[in-house]
Amino acid sequence: MFAIPLAWLQLKREKIRLLVALAGIGFAVILMFLQLGFQDALFDSAITFHRNIEGDIFLVSPQSTSLISMKSFPERRLYQSLGFSGVKSISPIYIGFGIWKNPFWEGPPTSQTRSILVIGTVPGDDILSLPGIHERQAQLRLSDVVLFDSASRAEFGPIPAKFEALQPGDPPIRTEVESRRIEVGGIFTMGASFGADGNLITSDLNFRRIFASRQKDLIDIGVIRLEPGADLLTTLERFKQNLPGELRIDPKKTPEQAKEDFVVGDVRVLSKAAFVAVEQNYWKESTAIGFIFTLGAAIGFVVGTVIVYQILYTDVADHLAEYATLKAMGYRNRYLLSVVFQEAIILSIMGFIPGYILCIGLYTLTRNATALPIAMTLARSITVLCLTVLMCSISGAIAVRKVQQADPADIF
Amino acid sequence: MSDIPSDIPIVEIQNVNHSFGSGRLRKQILFNINATIKPGEVLIMTGPSGSGKTTLLTLIGALRATQEGSLKVLAQELRDAPESKLVELRRNIGYIFQAHNLLNSLKAWQNVQMSVELHPEVSKQDSRAMAEEMLAAVGLREWVNYYPSELSGGQKQRVAIARALVSKPKLVLADEPTAALDKKSGRDVVEIMQRLAKQQGSAIILVTHDNRILDIADRTLHMEDGYLTSLDAAPL
Ligand SMILES: Nc1ncnc2c1ncn2[C@@H]1O[C@H](COP(=O)(O)OP(=O)(O)OP(=O)(O)O)[C@@H](O)[C@H]1O
Ligand SMILES: [Mg+2]
Repeated sequence: MFAIPLAWLQLKREKIRLLVALAGIGFAVILMFLQLGFQDALFDSAITFHRNIEGDIFLVSPQSTSLISMKSFPERRLYQSLGFSGVKSISPIYIGFGIWKNPFWEGPPTSQTRSILVIGTVPGDDILSLPGIHERQAQLRLSDVVLFDSASRAEFGPIPAKFEALQPGDPPIRTEVESRRIEVGGIFTMGASFGADGNLITSDLNFRRIFASRQKDLIDIGVIRLEPGADLLTTLERFKQNLPGELRIDPKKTPEQAKEDFVVGDVRVLSKAAFVAVEQNYWKESTAIGFIFTLGAAIGFVVGTVIVYQILYTDVADHLAEYATLKAMGYRNRYLLSVVFQEAIILSIMGFIPGYILCIGLYTLTRNATALPIAMTLARSITVLCLTVLMCSISGAIAVRKVQQADPADIF
Repeated sequence: MSDIPSDIPIVEIQNVNHSFGSGRLRKQILFNINATIKPGEVLIMTGPSGSGKTTLLTLIGALRATQEGSLKVLAQELRDAPESKLVELRRNIGYIFQAHNLLNSLKAWQNVQMSVELHPEVSKQDSRAMAEEMLAAVGLREWVNYYPSELSGGQKQRVAIARALVSKPKLVLADEPTAALDKKSGRDVVEIMQRLAKQQGSAIILVTHDNRILDIADRTLHMEDGYLTSLDAAPL
């Protein structure tokens, strides 16, 4: 019915005010994108390793809370489970943080060292479905040879680049982990997480050599693969019945969850889904990280709301006499309210687009600087767009109250 | 644009009183106003400042609630009428204010079109053509694409006249439309207004302090301390 887009024409008329509004909204959009992006990246990076272990049932120590604080448990429990029907194969995994020396450090004479996550697996078991590992099972058999994660942070040294540049006959890359001399035998890709800046994979034997003081018959993760067709829940029930020791179930768990996550004696038994969930929940609940990032996003939202409100309020106040005139001419209140809301929606969309584009760049910067798996996702874009529209609508809803003050009797 | 038989008055005011404030601060501004305005009549209302002219105009224009008496405009009783009826009635009245009150973000033709758009029976193309035609009629053919800030005071007031008259209202209310203008443009504006209103058959109520324009009126009313008297001593 209305051919004249009053909302847009009014916004367009005040160019500086429009730019300020768009800058404010863009800022809020970027803040929300970064905070939510960091949060997703953290939670994703924390479970990259867990997701890529090829196993159906996992044994860990009941004291283990996350990958960065694994406690060991007797390997005997894992061998016992080999006797349960439905179990096809088992593999131990050893986890430890070791001090890595950057072999290419050219700075001050003190060597550059950094803590790196060392993962020990049995060569040939091939239980990690990360790119680069399957092809290099043979290298893993060599003594004092490790595979280096190409997505580790740069502070460990330019290992991937140097490794690719090696010519046949060149001496291999040598350095020290926990003061033991090792050799980089290959490259794989996993990615840094908030808990570990870099990762190494090596054989169980090499692992024991690097961490010489560790007790021999203790492992950190027991990976169990089931026979094809074996039922997960039925097999888990057998673990419950047959492992030695008292059964303990976290009272906070629902009966459904307790089927896939329980403690028997000195081991905690988990389905793969539960194994991944435990790690993710650790970062979500036991640390303030989720709270901090949500708070950061909320601050962006509030700042954006205040800015848009200020802009809309000033705009309405400036046009109050004009709005009163429109009412005198016979325009309804409803029309004027819709003008303010249209302004809010136009602002939110126009502010979102530059914020979105800038954020793609910022994500790339962050990804290169931190080796975190951060990227623009459709789901997050929709979330932030909705939040932006909501933000502007709330501001609009507060600002329209001013419109009601426009009294047509005042303008004569 | 309701069709009213020509013998029915456009405005019929009977025993209207009006007060502002309440309780001990209550102050009566209009006393027992009676008046009738016929279709197409040009009526000028004069009177000293503060006598209640604007108050009466806002009552007739359905911009203020009628408190006492009976006030019929375009055959619609305003006293106790619901807000929606008042809004509808306003669409059939043209208003011209002392300040031009144009929308600064809109070009001249868009300002005029805002008034046409209140009448959904007019199509979009027609409404723009109507707006430009009306601006041409007030002598602004060359200025349709200018913003109010780019026009002179007299030009702005002519845009306001175009906006008030474009929908061919049966009644035009103008409150000191020449106050902000110099002698020459003031006279021009009033003459344009009168000529167009006569062409369209619109009645005009014009409040003014300007003695030089009294000659355009069919009839002159005088307001003094809230009482309305007829200067021509013609029976109301
Ligand atoms: N909203 C209001 N609240 C209270 N008093 C008001 C209000 N509007 C007008 N008045 C009072 O009513 C009286 C008449 O005002 P009105 O504006 O009708 O006078 P006027 O004849 O139009 O004067 P002028 O020629 O100066 O425009 C004045 O004393 C004014 O103070
Ligand atoms: Mg007045």
